[in-house]
Formats: sequence, C-alpha cells, structure tokens
Amino acid sequence: MGLEAKLKNDGFLATTVDALVGWSRKNSVWPMPMGISCCAIEMMASGDPKYDIARFGSEVMRFTPRQCDLMIVAGTVTYKMSHVVKKIYDQMPDPKWVIAMGACTSSGGMYRSYSVVQGIDQFLPVDIYLAGCPPRPENLLNALIQIQDKIKRSKAREFQDIPLPELPVLQNN
Amino acid sequence: MDIKDLVVVKLKEKFPKYNFETSEFRNELTVKLDKKNIVKVCKFLKENEELDFRLCEDVTAIDWAKRTDRFTVVYHIFSLKNNFRLRLKADVDESDCSIETVTSVWKSANWAEREAYDMYGIKFKGHPDLRRMYMPEEFEYHPLRKDFPLMGIPGSLPLPKKN
Repeated sequence: MGLEAKLKNDGFLATTVDALVGWSRKNSVWPMPMGISCCAIEMMASGDPKYDIARFGSEVMRFTPRQCDLMIVAGTVTYKMSHVVKKIYDQMPDPKWVIAMGACTSSGGMYRSYSVVQGIDQFLPVDIYLAGCPPRPENLLNALIQIQDKIKRSKAREFQDIPLPELPVLQNN
Repeated sequence: MDIKDLVVVKLKEKFPKYNFETSEFRNELTVKLDKKNIVKVCKFLKENEELDFRLCEDVTAIDWAKRTDRFTVVYHIFSLKNNFRLRLKADVDESDCSIETVTSVWKSANWAEREAYDMYGIKFKGHPDLRRMYMPEEFEYHPLRKDFPLMGIPGSLPLPKKN
C-alpha cells in the first residue's frame, strides 16, 4: 500500500485535512439499504462474493439510519411509502448521500400512475440517478464509485455538525 | 348430476322466489342475483353439504361508468369437494352504493371487501372493519372508478416537504 511505503521513507506525510478526510470518508461509505422492491434483489446481489461491494469499503449495510452515510433507494416509491423514506433519510447524520436506484425511483419508471411518486427528487436531494430496470450489480457498483469520487472532491468544512431532528414517537395503530 | 347443473337446481329449489340469471363462459358458471339476497344465498352455498363452497377466493367490483346499475360486485367462490369455481354477481347502483357484507359467511372476504371499498367506494354494510386497504386513510377518492384520472388528482396525496 502507498501509505506504508511513504511512512517507511520519511516517517511523516504532508497533506491537507480535506484530502485526508475525503479519502477516509470515500473508502468507508456505509449504505442504508432502503430496499423497497425488485431493485433490492440486485442490491443484495452486489453484496455477494461475486460482485462484492466490500471491495469498495461499503459492505456494512446498516439497518439503522443513524449509522449510515449513503441511502440506496432501491425500488418503487409510492406516495404512502414516501413519508417513511423521508423519515429514515432525516435520521441519517450529515454528511449523507442518496442513490436513486432504478427507473421507478428516478422517474416513476413504468408506473405512470396515481399512486407512485414520479421521481424521488420531488422530496429528497438525489446525488446519482441509476438507470436500469433493475440495474445490474455492476451498475450499482459504478454508481458507488461515482459517489466516492464526489465524496473525495468534497471539502470537509462543507459539512457542519448538524444535530439530528427530534422525531415524534408515533404508535402504529 | 353435473355440478354446474346441481348448483342451479339446488339454488332454485331452495329459493324459488328469487331471480337467478345464469350464464356460462368457457365452462365457468356465473350466477347473477339481486343484491339484497346475497348473504342468504352465500350462506346456503357454503353450508349445503353437497355444494360445500368453503373458499371465498375474491370479492371485487366492476365499474360500468354510464350504466344505470353502475357497479357489479363479483364474488369468486370455490368448492374443494367438487373442484368447482362459481362466480356470483350482484348489481349495485351509485344512488345506494352499498351491499351486505359476506364476512359473516367467509372470514376471508374481510380484506377483499376492504379492497373493493377502497378502490370503488362500495360500502359493505355490517363489515367489522371497513377501512381503506391500500390508499391512505385521509384520501378522499376511489382510484379504480372510471371517472378517476390515471395520474390522480394533484395535491390529493401529500408528499413530505423537501428541506
């Protein structure tokens, strides 16, 4: 690895905080698997040994949004589900990114219908729109690499320590 | 006797005053009846030992848009004993958009009737829990009605706020 070789020669390294933080953030993106329908199957496939999302440091799919950096919205988002997606997104700590995986999530896809949100960008800030119905695991990995590039280019100071909103506790009746 | 004939004979024998219209399509029997008789007829079809229609597979509806009796409620019931599927139909008009529930006969009709209520707005009288099945509680329309636009009514389903 490059880092060890560098330390062996000089014993120290000079860099910027942005580069260092960006580098570490980029290689430890923890995804929130927001698997809603069939795209989620391809998302699961990208975690298996054949495609192996662990090669990119994203194997820790966390099922609690409070430990995640990247939300992969995989599947058809209906109006009824949109509130759940938004509530989970709100619980993720800053900085956070969103992949709209597949045609349905990006644009409503083949569901041109009264019940389906025609693109989740109506209520979420989306970083990557991923084409396909459903996209192949390679395609998801490509989106992840692009997100990593974006993270690498971002400045550490762009993100403030924004406290998570207090959400009302609702009983499901 | 063939089960198709048996159903009709038994029904006419048990309910001589009721009006049954039978039709057949692709070897499937359909019996059309008046909506006020639906529970009695269903109860008989289930509890008669020879017919034994134990399984209520689906309760749904058809919207004919401009017809006088606007809706038709359709019941698909199945007899495991005879391996025979029967279709019951009852017309419901928009002015009195309701029909008696058959949940007292088959418990499986519960959710199917809720779905028909959600999608068509037909009220099932006496239903134990007539809430919407799919759409949010506060939604005011019935999406499978012919006069409901395909893309819905703007603003009728709220989206979360973008921050």
